[in-house]
Amino acid sequence: MEWIQQLVNGISLGSIYALIALGYTMVYGIIKLINFAHGDVFMLGAFIGFYAIARWEIGFFPALIIAMALCAIIGVVIERVAYKRLRNATRIAALITAIGVSLLIENVVIYFRGASPEAYPEVLPETSINILGVNISSISILILAVTIVLMILLQFIVHKTKIGKAMRAVSLDPDAARLMGINVDNTISATFAIGSALAGAAGVIFGVYYTRIEPLMGVLPGLKAFIAAVFGGIGSIPGAMVGGLSLGVVETVVSALGFSLWRDAAAFVILILILILKPSGIFGKNTREKV
Amino acid sequence: MKKSKAFWVFSVLALVIYAVVQGLISVGILDLYYQNILVQMCINIMLAVSLHIIIGITGQFSIGHAGFMAVGAYFSAIATMKLGLPLPVGLLIGAGVAALAGLLVGIPTLRLKGDYLAIATLGFAEIIRIIFLNVDYVGGAAGMVITNMTTWTYAFVSVVITILVIANFTNSRHGRAAISIREDEIASDAMGINTTYYKVVAFAIGSLFAGLAGGIFAHNFFIIQPTTFGFLKSFDILIYVVLGGLGSLSGAAIAAIFLTIVSSYLAEYPETRMIIYSLVLIIVMLYRPSGLMGTKEITSLFKFGKKGGSQK
Repeated sequence: MEWIQQLVNGISLGSIYALIALGYTMVYGIIKLINFAHGDVFMLGAFIGFYAIARWEIGFFPALIIAMALCAIIGVVIERVAYKRLRNATRIAALITAIGVSLLIENVVIYFRGASPEAYPEVLPETSINILGVNISSISILILAVTIVLMILLQFIVHKTKIGKAMRAVSLDPDAARLMGINVDNTISATFAIGSALAGAAGVIFGVYYTRIEPLMGVLPGLKAFIAAVFGGIGSIPGAMVGGLSLGVVETVVSALGFSLWRDAAAFVILILILILKPSGIFGKNTREKV
Repeated sequence: MKKSKAFWVFSVLALVIYAVVQGLISVGILDLYYQNILVQMCINIMLAVSLHIIIGITGQFSIGHAGFMAVGAYFSAIATMKLGLPLPVGLLIGAGVAALAGLLVGIPTLRLKGDYLAIATLGFAEIIRIIFLNVDYVGGAAGMVITNMTTWTYAFVSVVITILVIANFTNSRHGRAAISIREDEIASDAMGINTTYYKVVAFAIGSLFAGLAGGIFAHNFFIIQPTTFGFLKSFDILIYVVLGGLGSLSGAAIAAIFLTIVSSYLAEYPETRMIIYSLVLIIVMLYRPSGLMGTKEITSLFKFGKKGGSQK
């Protein structure tokens, strides 16, 4: 029973990773950029949710929606200001800019409110439901429910709407998509908006689940979500979900086995193994080297 | 002929700088505070130049350089503190182990390209840091207490050796092979250059000098902790190289000197410092992606005493 409990914890953690990883994978799929600032959008989402719940005293769901909306705007602003000029620049220049944006967001937040952590208010009464002898906390169920709803929504947007079709077309071939009359710039902005909204949702969920948020909290989950995206095959949406959930479960198992200090190393070991053995990830497509 | 001339000019210049600074120190104009800044400057130059050989010359994007610095720092500290060896031996051991670590990390990861390589090096650096965090022999999270042994002389001699070796590597056949990998890996492969070999060699040399810098760093302070060598440190080093110009040794060194001075003045306002750093990084990338010096060296600006001016 202990193990099922750990599995539930792992899935809760994994769904947070999966939500962040979706943003990474969508952005990478469309402009081939590792958006290092994505982890910081996640952090901003957590803080927006915190201020919405604790200061303006609104409920969990309105706060979630406010955080998602504001994060979407932030994501688009980042894309328009920093990344848009770099479409044709070298990959290294784009990556360094992303690192710069990430450092900028972190330090601006620290500058304005200090580096001290903040305790998230309780949004749900602390009850647990007993299913077949396993205690599952209400928060875990809430996280899982929110994640599943968001992922279904994402699948719907990507596969059934016009903008989703445009996104898939641009990620396949931007030049051909532009020739077909797709507004590539708007499509990329939409991708950033959706990815950042998911990261914002992940931030609020993270705050509710772990109750402690701080300005540098986005760095490590951001990196791990990236690992999850690579694990699942970067550019692939189901891959990000599977990768996030598996990474969460693996980390929880490593902690449960008594190696909690090695938990962070586990993620990086997975990353290196996957990069060496199968760089395209579980759901990724192999690309051939072209001259 | 010309190269050996450059070598002698550099050596004489280094001696003059050393003599002047040493004179100022013995007269007492440069107190401990300034000496410390000078040593930090030397450490940062070494880090910048050692990353320059990986990113600037060979074109392999590594963002885990602090990991090798950590290896050098910890192993040299083990040699001096736990085994009681003298500092030069400790520095050599630290640099040697860091080079070995560079080989171990480089051989599997350098098959990767671009973003994947960056993330893999970042991952290795984090793993190295977490290993030191979990080994009680070196103090774990609390850190390792170290006697202050670094002097300005040690730091300066190390910088001179670092710059000489890396400049000579760049101008050698091996260096040209590495540059051809940076320019076009597939083409240089087709020209018969063993790209894997040169990438690993450059990576190991870079790690070696990062380890040397780590050794100097460890003995310059009274304690080393794993948190010091996190990815923020790697990003710091990256900023020197990028700001100076990817591919310019003197650019990397100048950026390291400049940013050390700036950050020592902003030491009391770490957030402001990081905001300035990140803004500089973004603005440089947006408006001058080749960095301040591009791939030019400072020597190409004044042709050894002849009338120089900027050659654009």
